[in-house]
Amino acid sequence: MVSYNDVVNTVVELFRRAETTLSSDVVKALHDAHRREEGTAKSILEAILRNIEIAGKEKIPMCQDTGLPVIFAEVGRDLYFDFSLSNAIREGVVRATKEIPLRPNTVHPLTRENPGNNTGLHMPVIHYDVVEGRELKLTVMPKGAGSENVSALKMALPGDRDSIPLFVAEVVKNAGGKPCPPVIVGVGIGSTFDGAAKLAKKALLRDITEMNDYERDILKKVNSLGIGPMGFGGKTTALSVLVEIGHCHTASLPVAVNIQCWANRHATATLR
Amino acid sequence: MELRIKTPLRKDGVFKLKAGDVVYITGELITARDEAHERMLEFIRAGENLPFSLEGAVIYHCGPLIKDMRVISAGPTTSARMNPSTPEILKSVECIAIVGKGGMNEEVCNALRGKGIYLAYPGGAGALAAKAIKRVKAVYWEDLGMPEAVWVLEVENFGPCIVAIDSHGRNLYREVETKVEANYRYLRSTA
Repeated sequence: MVSYNDVVNTVVELFRRAETTLSSDVVKALHDAHRREEGTAKSILEAILRNIEIAGKEKIPMCQDTGLPVIFAEVGRDLYFDFSLSNAIREGVVRATKEIPLRPNTVHPLTRENPGNNTGLHMPVIHYDVVEGRELKLTVMPKGAGSENVSALKMALPGDRDSIPLFVAEVVKNAGGKPCPPVIVGVGIGSTFDGAAKLAKKALLRDITEMNDYERDILKKVNSLGIGPMGFGGKTTALSVLVEIGHCHTASLPVAVNIQCWANRHATATLR
Repeated sequence: MELRIKTPLRKDGVFKLKAGDVVYITGELITARDEAHERMLEFIRAGENLPFSLEGAVIYHCGPLIKDMRVISAGPTTSARMNPSTPEILKSVECIAIVGKGGMNEEVCNALRGKGIYLAYPGGAGALAAKAIKRVKAVYWEDLGMPEAVWVLEVENFGPCIVAIDSHGRNLYREVETKVEANYRYLRSTA
């Protein structure tokens, strides 16, 4: 049986892992980019790679923007909880903030008051899915503001579907150097206004080296812009484009583009 | 060119730095982001002295992660958010440098002419940055919260900082943006 403390401890450990290490696919993509680039672009990627090494070795957050707590929970339908799962996740966030530590980033949107523990109204953001089985799969995804701020959503029309790649390129162009390129681009196509945004965010959890032809084509277009690492020019504006698709209303075509900085932080664990 | 600079900055030293140079800073960084800029403006508009001096200083667009007065991670934040408040603040100083990421607009570029430079530190490299920070010398306006407070940090060889806007009006970001716009127009024409 999954206990309250199991969930709290797992959330803390997942944040520690996500904040201090990157998955091997992202590290590999950054090394590949470093080999390809020259001049300023190369020195920037070198600094990023050195930074990742230091963070991993010393177990400190790789970026001071330790993000907003976003959690994906896949709950096995045979599980029984004698406690509030949301409360346990929330306590995990509070403890992670104190212990790792994380920067207290959450504020009230209007008063800008900071509760100091990364929780608040509807915060952490928790996406629940009920799945088969008796396991609880938790994924934490600390999301930084620099890249979140330049993300965009368009309620396109059914006739616009050929121009989706251009829209993605336009969002990346408008972002320029602000979201800490090289970025990873999550794209949600279809579903509803909110559903497309969730698909775009979920796409960022995939292995970034595994792309289909459609995704590779968009990546090529994005990289032809020449924004480069940190906006100083270069071949690598994005490391990957990941698309998730959902059925939508016959009259609409929502497209969401969620930009993620190179620090594509996420970690997953399964509890039984 | 790779260069080392010390704070407080001097005009002749700052004038020598050219867009594209890579700089390592030793001395003091003063962190300030959105809310600290707003408060600086309140002080300046009221004719009051700031509790810290900006003359010859390096402003660092950064909201550090700090525990027990120790800097854990401290990379730059997006500088564009400070575009609206920066030119008025720059009026009150003779010589200054700004460190951040993502670049700043034409108004800031103009305000830096004959006065200062804008340096870009690799975004997200917070652990690497913390290595070069030796200690917290002081903190002001802690009521703004950890990210938004003003932290005075002692640094040694803080870099690589890329001179993105120099004191002669050259702006590397604008040069790249012009090319990116042309590349985007080409992409649109072939879509």
